[in-house]
Amino acid sequence: MQTLRLYRSTVGKKAVMAVTGVGMLLFVVGHMIGNLSVFSGPAAIDGYARWLREIGVVWPLRFGLLLCVGLHMVAAVQLARRARKARPQGYEHGRRPQSYAARTMRWGGVIITLFVVYHLLDLTAGVANPHGVQGEVYNNLVADFQLWYVVLAYTVAVLALGLHIRHGAWSALQSLGVTAPRGIALVVAGVICAGYLSVPAAVVLGVVS
Amino acid sequence: MKLTLRIWRQSGPTGALVTYPLDDLSPDMSFLEMLDVLNESLVVRGEEPVAFDHDCREGICGMCGLMINGVAHGPEKATTACQLHLRHFSDGDTITVEPWRAKPFPVLRDLVVDRSALDRIVESGGYISVPTGSAPDAHATPVPKESADAAFTSAACIGCGACVAACPNGSAMLFTAAKATHLGSLPQGQPERWSRAQDMVQTHDDLGFGGCTNAGECTPACPKGIPLTTIAQLNRDLLRSHLR
Repeated sequence: MQTLRLYRSTVGKKAVMAVTGVGMLLFVVGHMIGNLSVFSGPAAIDGYARWLREIGVVWPLRFGLLLCVGLHMVAAVQLARRARKARPQGYEHGRRPQSYAARTMRWGGVIITLFVVYHLLDLTAGVANPHGVQGEVYNNLVADFQLWYVVLAYTVAVLALGLHIRHGAWSALQSLGVTAPRGIALVVAGVICAGYLSVPAAVVLGVVS
Repeated sequence: MKLTLRIWRQSGPTGALVTYPLDDLSPDMSFLEMLDVLNESLVVRGEEPVAFDHDCREGICGMCGLMINGVAHGPEKATTACQLHLRHFSDGDTITVEPWRAKPFPVLRDLVVDRSALDRIVESGGYISVPTGSAPDAHATPVPKESADAAFTSAACIGCGACVAACPNGSAMLFTAAKATHLGSLPQGQPERWSRAQDMVQTHDDLGFGGCTNAGECTPACPKGIPLTTIAQLNRDLLRSHLR
C-alpha cells in the first residue's frame, strides 16, 4: 500500500527513473569498457564476447535491461503527459531555457531508443550489418565503420546519450535526495562519449582495421 | 523613455495580448508604477484598467507576479516584479507581460491568477502542532545554528508562484520543498516530518501540478533564490518516509 502510494506520486516516479537510470548507466559503462578491448586486437574482443556468453550473464542482463528500459519509459511518459496537462495554455513569449540537456531529455530518450533498436539489429542480430557474422565482433564493427552514414548515426546517438547522461546522472542523484554538484554528471558524460567515440574514430583513422 | 507593452487582457474564459505604447516614462519607475501610469491613462480614456496583483511593493509579500518577456518577475536576478525598475530595459523596447500559466492557477482577470492552490499545499502539512495558550520559554527548544540557517533559507519563500510559472512541467515542487524543508530543518518540525512530506507531495500532485524533473528553471526565477537542494531534501524525506 505504502509502496503503491509512493509509485503514484511524482516523486516516486522520478525515483523509479533514477534507479533504473543508474542501472542502465552502469551497463553503459561496462559496455564501454568491453568495447575498448577492440584496441587489443580481434582475438581480444571476440574472446571477450565469447566469454560473456560462457559465464551466462547475457540473458539475465538482457531481461534486467528490458525491465529498466520499460519502467524508465513508462514513468517518463506519465510525467510528460502530466506536465502537458499542468499547463494547457502556454506563454506567447518564448522562454529561455537554462539547460539544453534538460530540455532535450524526452526527445533525446526517443532517439537513443531508436538507435538501440538499430544497434541490436546491426551488431547483435547481425541482419543490418554489412559483414554480419555471429561471433566475429571485430570484423563486424570494422565493416560497420567503413560506412560514413553508420559512423554519423553512431556519433549522433552517442552524443544524444552523452546529453541524456549530462542531465540524467545529476538528476538521478537529486531525485534520490542526494545533493551533488552538476559537474559530476558532465565528467561522467564526457568520459562515456570519449570512450564510445574512440572506436569509430580509430576505424576511420585506420588505427583499427 | 518610450516602451511598447503587449499585455494579456482577459475578462472571460479567453484572452489576448493587447498593445499599449507608453511615452514619458522615467527609468527610475518600477515596473508596477509603469502599469499604474498605464491604468491612469486607461481610466481617463474610459477603458478598463489592467488588473494585476500587488501589495507591499517592497519585494517581501509575494503578491506581485508577472511573466515579463517569458521570464518570471522579469530579467533581474532574485528580484520581484515590484522591485524591477525600467532602467533595466532600453528605450524603445517592446515588453510582453503575461500571467503565470498553470492549470492549478486559473486566470481571474488580465494578469491576476488564483494562487490558492499553494495554500492547499500548506494546509496539508506546512504546519507544526504545538500546545497553544501560554507562550513557551524562548530557550525551551535549543535550535542548532546550522538548522536555523537551513530553515531560514527555505523560510524566505514568499509563495509568489514564480517557480510554477517558470517550470517547464508546471510543477510547484520548489514551493512545496521550501515549506517542507523550512519546518523539517527545525526540532519543532520533527514529529510531523514524515507525514508532512507524504501529505504535501500528495496534495501537490492531486491539485494537478506537474512533476519535478530537475530542469532547474525554478531557482533562477525565484526572487528569494530558494536552492534546488530543498527539492533533494523533500525527495529524501518522502523516500525515507515510505522505506522506514
